[in-house]
Amino acid sequence: MSSKADILNKIKQNQPAFITNLPDLNLLSSENPDVLSTYKTVLKNIGGDPVEVANYAEIIEYIKSNYNLEKRLITTIPELSEIAALDWTNDDPHSLQDVELNVIKAHFGVAENSALWVTDDVLGQRVSPFIAQYLAIIVHKKDIIATMHQAYERIGNQEYGFGTFIAGPSKTADIEQSLVLGAHGARGLIVFLLD
Amino acid sequence: MSSEKVIPHSEAATRFNKDVERVNWHDETLWFVREKRDKSAHQIPDWELLRETASQIKNNVLSNIHDYLIEFEANAQKNGIIVHWAADAKEHNEIVHSIMAKHDVKQMVKSKSMLTEECHLNDYLAEKGIEVIDSDLGEYIVQLRKEPPSHIVLPAIHLKKEDVSETFHEHLGTQKGNIDPQYLTESARLSLRNTFLTRKVALTGVNFAIAETGEIVVCTNEGNADMGAHLADVHIACMGFEKLIPQRKHLGIFLRLLARSATGQPITTFSSHFKKPRDGKEIHIVIVDNGRSTQLGREDFRNSLKCIRCGACMNTCPVYRRSGGHSYHNAVAGPIGSILAPNLDMSKNADLPFASTLCGSCTNVCPVKIDIHDQLYKWRQVLVKEGHTPKAKTVAMKTMATVLANPTIFNIAGKSGRFVMKNIPGLVNNKMNKWYDQREMPEVPEESFREWYKKNSREAKAKDNE
Repeated sequence: MSSKADILNKIKQNQPAFITNLPDLNLLSSENPDVLSTYKTVLKNIGGDPVEVANYAEIIEYIKSNYNLEKRLITTIPELSEIAALDWTNDDPHSLQDVELNVIKAHFGVAENSALWVTDDVLGQRVSPFIAQYLAIIVHKKDIIATMHQAYERIGNQEYGFGTFIAGPSKTADIEQSLVLGAHGARGLIVFLLD
Repeated sequence: MSSEKVIPHSEAATRFNKDVERVNWHDETLWFVREKRDKSAHQIPDWELLRETASQIKNNVLSNIHDYLIEFEANAQKNGIIVHWAADAKEHNEIVHSIMAKHDVKQMVKSKSMLTEECHLNDYLAEKGIEVIDSDLGEYIVQLRKEPPSHIVLPAIHLKKEDVSETFHEHLGTQKGNIDPQYLTESARLSLRNTFLTRKVALTGVNFAIAETGEIVVCTNEGNADMGAHLADVHIACMGFEKLIPQRKHLGIFLRLLARSATGQPITTFSSHFKKPRDGKEIHIVIVDNGRSTQLGREDFRNSLKCIRCGACMNTCPVYRRSGGHSYHNAVAGPIGSILAPNLDMSKNADLPFASTLCGSCTNVCPVKIDIHDQLYKWRQVLVKEGHTPKAKTVAMKTMATVLANPTIFNIAGKSGRFVMKNIPGLVNNKMNKWYDQREMPEVPEESFREWYKKNSREAKAKDNE
């Protein structure tokens, strides 16, 4: 406890005497006439795959023809129960290590960086988007917004234990700046853009 | 720490410069990253306004940091997070160790944290018999090689594929001579996945801590912080107190700036907001001072506490690019590290503010508008005044001051200089002359400017009078 008091005392003595006000964030523009096409372009640039779909049936078709259904597929979306398990959310998170594909839903997407906002309530388990070999995220086209400023306006003072922006598959360029997809997390990210 | 013998920057840089091909490659690689930053920044119409806004938010933080810290702690505790305070590196290390000891755990998986590098946490825990594995790929590579990171964002940027291949062959048993980055990354992925699945304690750094909500944000591309934290029972997050920002909405500014400035990406792959621990699990936050409150009191240097650790100043710095991160003998290298280091230990780091051309490129790219090159210049004056600069330099400077202050001596010195350089060049073109190092000496003019001027003004006058 004494360190806390010491640190705070010293900070109080040493911090600038003049108080500067917080800037007005409304000066920053967040206009983008074509958020959907920007979103798709940016996502492709960072190694993700945008797939436009009309409904859940099309998502199921896509997964059936692109992934091995013999392997472990999980989801938190009841509409996908035909192809993926729903009964894993209370399991030990370590048991998810053999998951091939995880399909979740995002609250919204951000066009300028293709990030998707997800929180505890749509993740099932916090580790689920990280531990699966491949990740698919569904987002409604109407829920794509222009910039991060709008993103935080939308999040507001929302309550969550954990939330994360996911932009593309896990990646690294630590070996001679060569980009490699699939560092520790998902090797690939499909974003289903739903009508 | 101050008793440790360090190799001065210029000497370490000279060694680095011996391998010309590698220096050129290092230079070009970092410039490539700098160019990616430019492209990315130019795509944002509001870029300059964003930088200005970020800088203003940080000004507000610096002037209110006492109250924000109290607010942050209260909110974090409300969220069920355990908060610790560490006055210095030693206390930070002891706190981390006490958490490990409380849970009787001897192994830790770590995600990148420059603060723990600053505190030499790995060495401390190793002495206590605790095994630490760094999980960021670059950090993992340098850890296997028993080297410190050479860059805060790209820890292994000084290494070539061949070096990594050798290291992995030795430690992970990968094929000898296989230098394919995809193959090497996959091998590390498999090895580290096993680590994530077996560690009960995970440590991460903190990119931003939000006073208003008591949450912390950790940004990675690899997902290693999340793999560690979500699979472990205990998540320890270590942060310098300057990581605070006032409100959640301010993240919109900083997340737009961070990755674009660092690597040219529009955002890091994962920007994770940790607000509450999982049921039955623990999150600990260690708030560290370690000299930061002293820097806060140095008016000329307090702006350095605005730094969000993007590394843009290193990527653009002509000295960093051609001398390598290790030559800075400090956890944070490059221009910003050269401002932070003397605050921690003036005598040990007196060389670093001189490792700059003061070209101002660092200041131009800084996303929070830190006056980096001005601060480097100001540190030089402080260090000279406090007597931390080498004797030879002090004597040379004093001699020069005398010569420049006296026209007669200046004249004689100039004349004899020209005579020597012309007739006995060996006296100047030798190793004793630091100026001759890596430079060709200029050809001497027949006369000095003063002589030329005298003659010409006489001729001009004569002409005018005609």
